[in-house]
Amino acid sequence: MKKILIYDGTFDGFLTTVFQVFEEQLKDVEIVKPKHYQPNIFIEAETIITDSKKAKRVWKALQVKVTKSGAHKLYASFLSEIKGVENALLRYIVYAYCSESFIHTDYSNKDVLRVAQVSKMVFRERHRMEAFVRFQLTKDGIYFANIEPDFNVLPLLLKHFKSRYADQRWMIYDKKRGYGMYYDLNVVQYIDLELTDAFDGSKKGLEKVFTSEEFQFQSLWKNYFDSTNIKSRKNMKLHKRHVPTRYWKYLSEKQPEL
Amino acid sequence: MSFERIKEKLNILADAAKYDVSCSSSGSKRSNPNKQLGDSSGMGICHSYTEDGRCVSLLKILLTNYCIFDCAYCVTRKSNDIKRAAFKIEEVVDLTINFYRRNYIEGLFLSSGIFKSADYTMERLVAVAKKLRLEEGFNGYIHLKSIPGASDELMREAGLYADRLSVNIEIPTKSGLKLLAPDKKREDFIKPMIKVKNEIIQYKEEKRLIKSTPKYAPAGQSTQMIIGATGESDKDIMYASNYFYKSFNLKRVYYSGYVPISYDTRLPQIGSAVPMLRENRLYQTDWLLRFYGFDIREILNDYHPNLDVDIDPKLSWALRNLDVFPIDVNKADKRWLARIPGVGLKSVNKIIGARRFRKLNWEHLKAIGIAYNRAKYFITCDSRDFERRDLTAEQIKNFILKQSMSKYKGVYNNQLSLFN
Ligand code: SF4
Repeated sequence: MKKILIYDGTFDGFLTTVFQVFEEQLKDVEIVKPKHYQPNIFIEAETIITDSKKAKRVWKALQVKVTKSGAHKLYASFLSEIKGVENALLRYIVYAYCSESFIHTDYSNKDVLRVAQVSKMVFRERHRMEAFVRFQLTKDGIYFANIEPDFNVLPLLLKHFKSRYADQRWMIYDKKRGYGMYYDLNVVQYIDLELTDAFDGSKKGLEKVFTSEEFQFQSLWKNYFDSTNIKSRKNMKLHKRHVPTRYWKYLSEKQPEL
Repeated sequence: MSFERIKEKLNILADAAKYDVSCSSSGSKRSNPNKQLGDSSGMGICHSYTEDGRCVSLLKILLTNYCIFDCAYCVTRKSNDIKRAAFKIEEVVDLTINFYRRNYIEGLFLSSGIFKSADYTMERLVAVAKKLRLEEGFNGYIHLKSIPGASDELMREAGLYADRLSVNIEIPTKSGLKLLAPDKKREDFIKPMIKVKNEIIQYKEEKRLIKSTPKYAPAGQSTQMIIGATGESDKDIMYASNYFYKSFNLKRVYYSGYVPISYDTRLPQIGSAVPMLRENRLYQTDWLLRFYGFDIREILNDYHPNLDVDIDPKLSWALRNLDVFPIDVNKADKRWLARIPGVGLKSVNKIIGARRFRKLNWEHLKAIGIAYNRAKYFITCDSRDFERRDLTAEQIKNFILKQSMSKYKGVYNNQLSLFN
């Protein structure tokens, strides 16, 4: 009989749900977030309470069953937040457990291929964010950047930025999801907060928040960017494929001269 | 610092540096253990792209565009009537650090016109790198130009601070060099390359014995050749390239389609098109040699001194060697899979991963991501459905061209995504 499992949307919540599926040996399930749940009197539903111990056990086991990089791909696919991706992940995990050998390279299985494809998209966006984050120096000495990624890639950025900018305080803020990552020269913390418009890049009140030197460096950078062009080679189609227009908003080299 | 003055210098000295196409910032493995600034242990990142689609990952500038030489193909040449400028060492350091902290760049690519002498110039380039590393604790990427004719001593020092060193050969043939840069000697280019190569080998050996041995140019050496300035053939270029790869353990050779910058009658005139498609074909050939296991003689030889323009070199090779096809994707080893047109290295690895589980058919192969319309003439798989007609090379080529016409028209990608 089919059963719907409602979880809180966190990765730990998802892993707890997987735990439950295995424990109760459920065959026909659908995993949903509360906001996607549509009550249906014919289908039993249960709300899963996130349990970090159970989550940890599943996570550890996965590292062995599908290798570390396989598990990392599962996590990345989860962060895609694509509707229903949890179910492809669950089928993948079940398939992995039912098989004697490693299956994470079995691309003829549709869920394995799906995870490979989705995680690839997520990793691509992570890579783009590593490239396109533009820090602006605030008067409090914090290098601040806004992002609005399609997928929830902020957690995947932590390691990269922490090792690169170890001697400066920085914050990357996901405007779409309303949370940020702040490094205080020691540790990185996630923080939920609402920012004033002055951080918004909407140009109003920017000079209250950021140093005047900041604007000069932005203008130097834009200048540099403009002078690297070779006009006789111009190819905007290729340019936009590399730097999709939806990311331009936060690239200082793409702003009109102030 | 005065921003207006810096801005002006930056305009002049970035403009003069842009003809160097190298943008690589990978392969250095320089990490950041002491909580300083920067880390270049990763893959290298393009932080932006120019409007002509080239990667921007480094602050690429000349220290100065004053030059005592007069190489015909170069904008910085002595006889050219242009604005000249020179950065101070601190100015370059300051710009690099501030751009880096804002995540604009992976590091610095510093080149220079030759003022006073080769050593005098090289000394200043080294001073910038040294200051960045020792005073600023900078672990980002540094690419320095080796100035032809610089002393061994300076080259040794350069490698201690730089991740990559490069000397641009620019002109692939000796006769071309004589024509366009008569004051320059091939040996002057080669000398610093040999020095760096030997130092790299020596430091690697020492590192094996003593772990604390410092890094020496961990991202290796590269060079660049200008394409289409002297009427050389593709064979001339690629044989020269092959020679440089082999003799100096180069990491990369770059090919830069000549951008007309002068009315000198020895050169293509201003307004003539940049040979971008040709450049792309050369990169593809370079890729085939380095990663796909091809030998240069298979692709270019006396019978076939120039690459085809309308099809890529791998397809071109396949069409000349139809007797080795079709290849059975369920059996062929890696080397042969890599030779199938329309199957890139990623697909090769996926095929090898997937075929351990079951025999692959067309559906599997399409899902894996091979370019079916191209590959189908060259393979068999677990299906009774395969190309049975006895097609000639010419026919296959026409079918493929018809198929891919609309898709590729006008998109010449020099970052090489074209094999599929
Ligand atoms: S020496 Fe270098 S900078 Fe000077 S003209 Fe020749 S190529 Fe240009």
